Amino acid sequence: MLTDYLELNNYWHWFVIIFVFLNIFACWWLLRWSSKTTVESHDNTTGHIWDEDLQELNNPLPRWWLILFHMTIVFGLAYLFFYPGLGNYKGSLDWTQENQLEELMQAKAVKAESLQAFWNDMDIETLASNASALETGTRMYAQYCAMCHGSDAKGAKGYPNLTDKVWLWGSDLKAIEHTIRKGRQAVMQPWKDQYTQTEITALATYVQYLNGRAPEDELVSQGKELFSKTCVACHGMDGKGLQALGAPDLTNDVWLYGNDLATIEHTIREGRNGVMPAQETLMSEYELKVLTAYIYHLQQEAEK
Amino acid sequence: MQNSSTTTHPTEYYNDKVVKQFTIATILWGIVGMLVGVIIAAQLWLPGLNFDVPWFSYGRLRPLHTNAVIFAFGGSALFATAYYVVQRTSHVRLFSDKLAAFTFWGWQLIIVSAAITLPLGMTQGKEYAELEWPIDILIAIVWVCFAVVFFGTLAKRRIKHIYVANWFYGAMIITIAILHIVNNLSMPVTFGKSYSVYTGAVDALVQWWYGHNAVGFFLTAGFLGMMYYFVPKQAGRPVYSYRLSIVHFWALISIYMWAGPHHLHYTALPNWLQSLGMVFSLILLAPSWGGMINGMMTLSGAWHKLRTDPILKFMIVALSFYGMATFEGPLLSIKTVNALSHYTDWGIGHVHAGALGWVAMMTMGCLYCMIPRLVGKKEMYSVKWIDWHFWGSTIGVVIYIASMWIAGVMQGLMWRAVNNDGTLTYTFLESIIATKPYYAMRLLGGLMFFAGMCLMAFNVYKTLHHAPKVQAIIPQPKLTAAHA
Repeated sequence: MLTDYLELNNYWHWFVIIFVFLNIFACWWLLRWSSKTTVESHDNTTGHIWDEDLQELNNPLPRWWLILFHMTIVFGLAYLFFYPGLGNYKGSLDWTQENQLEELMQAKAVKAESLQAFWNDMDIETLASNASALETGTRMYAQYCAMCHGSDAKGAKGYPNLTDKVWLWGSDLKAIEHTIRKGRQAVMQPWKDQYTQTEITALATYVQYLNGRAPEDELVSQGKELFSKTCVACHGMDGKGLQALGAPDLTNDVWLYGNDLATIEHTIREGRNGVMPAQETLMSEYELKVLTAYIYHLQQEAEK
Repeated sequence: MQNSSTTTHPTEYYNDKVVKQFTIATILWGIVGMLVGVIIAAQLWLPGLNFDVPWFSYGRLRPLHTNAVIFAFGGSALFATAYYVVQRTSHVRLFSDKLAAFTFWGWQLIIVSAAITLPLGMTQGKEYAELEWPIDILIAIVWVCFAVVFFGTLAKRRIKHIYVANWFYGAMIITIAILHIVNNLSMPVTFGKSYSVYTGAVDALVQWWYGHNAVGFFLTAGFLGMMYYFVPKQAGRPVYSYRLSIVHFWALISIYMWAGPHHLHYTALPNWLQSLGMVFSLILLAPSWGGMINGMMTLSGAWHKLRTDPILKFMIVALSFYGMATFEGPLLSIKTVNALSHYTDWGIGHVHAGALGWVAMMTMGCLYCMIPRLVGKKEMYSVKWIDWHFWGSTIGVVIYIASMWIAGVMQGLMWRAVNNDGTLTYTFLESIIATKPYYAMRLLGGLMFFAGMCLMAFNVYKTLHHAPKVQAIIPQPKLTAAHA
């Protein structure tokens, strides 16, 4: 158990217990003492005057207040009997926050049990057209995916749009399932040590030309030459990318980080490191299935 | 009171210069601290108001707000009134004028350093203990000098019995010194960066032992000291019960020490510590209320004065908010309640019931009582403005805490709602969107409170402007009825 090594040694164990009781007992003693002290003078004041006119009466403690004080003491002592508090004493109910969490998670699991059993018998493709699974998938998406891919699944800078037809790592069910379970890491290495700024500008202009956004000129042909030496390894001769590496197609209209010249130059110069975290260890089997079905459903809708 | 005929020979005077300086500092920092509060309240409502400027962003300004209102505004008020009260109730001048002047300029230097370093992003990352080590050392030095002046004055008092207000000021001074030094122990790396000597759960425990007792001693005991002098003074009535003050003083300062772990329910802190934090927080209810009862009952026989005296209204409403906040505190410390309220805006509401309702309104009442006396006047320039200030602040606080209660409970319920399929019903973003109208309401409440503070500043300016320089003569202690 995690809590085992949190045990106090004997010295601290008794230190805690003794000081807890000492403090509570001291309060109780104070209350008794104060109800026994008597008024010191005929006019019910303590008999002192400060700063010309400051005096103190010595009225008895209000009864309701005394009762309240005693009640909190009794409650406190009872609580320390039932719950952990007195050093290593575990309390008669054996309550811990770890147990409470366990119970809550159990209750949550039991609640969802019947639905899970129902879903467990379906394959993902069937789930992708099952209304109740999609409803749950929508909620899971909002909870786990929306902070990067957006509430509308249209993505953001650096985070792919899930409602278009471009899927960097593949759009078939197997690829989507792999992306969700194992995550992805899309690394574009930085080229600033290999290329000068002029060469980077040439490369960026060539990429824009591939995209139909720049006229063919000398800069472009210079860029093309550099491109064919290095970039082709991932983006291919025609610049159409390579799905196995998640290398994007440079000829289409989908740009994860932006397609203006400065941004493309930045991408080449500094590189990019896109990460989709693996979900496998974060959720249960049926949750992975339902979430995958929902994303697959998004992909299917996009194809239409 | 100042011009008693039976003076000591040769004539001695109180040191009111340092009191006046700290009083003006209180007003000035009150305006600054509350303005920053209004700005960050507006930023929570409309996040674009940070204008993408790092030093103007919420994360940098929030610690500036808390430090400015607690240590600059509240701290200056404590210095001003502690120096005023300890002299009046001891019938002697301050122990050392020079040391007192040093505490004033030292404290102002600390505040200015905080106002520069926090927006620059220099922070220890500990709530209410953000300031970096060079400033921490300066705080420790100034605070020890404060202790020397205060206890030195008390030591040479001309009246045998120590007045109750001084117990509270004294407990505040000693405990804050210990809390500040222990929590800020760290290893400096550069001039603006250090690492705490504590790690992990121990660091969290020490931090909240400090954090909660900063509330308990700086914002509770210190202001109770203020209350014990100015409420009977303004009401013209004796303190209700001497023995109640003894019981609630000792119970309060001993039990507060245990309560810190209630800030760390359901965390890596061991179960037994969390339980003790909760148990002692509950037992703290009665001792806390002892101060409220003693303050309120002091008015018995003088309740009619509330109709005409806005200063007494400030004090009584402050005591009411104190009673309410010290009921809410134990309530929030119960694990079941805390599971709902923790990390929500309910906490913010609770803190402001204490900070605005109790600390600020008690300060305002006491300053309105003290300022005219410092310049030999009967009352402030405009009593009517005090009344307006009172109503503006009271309504402002109510709007503030009510909107944060609603927002907090709503957030707590939204975050825990679970669907039948085991998924969470709401995303975090949905809870933020739902909170937005309450952030606007809170801003309104804060603006009202801030406006009141500005009106007070103008009233104080009008009262002090062209006021004759007067020196208060120290009167001979009066012999008591019982001993006469």
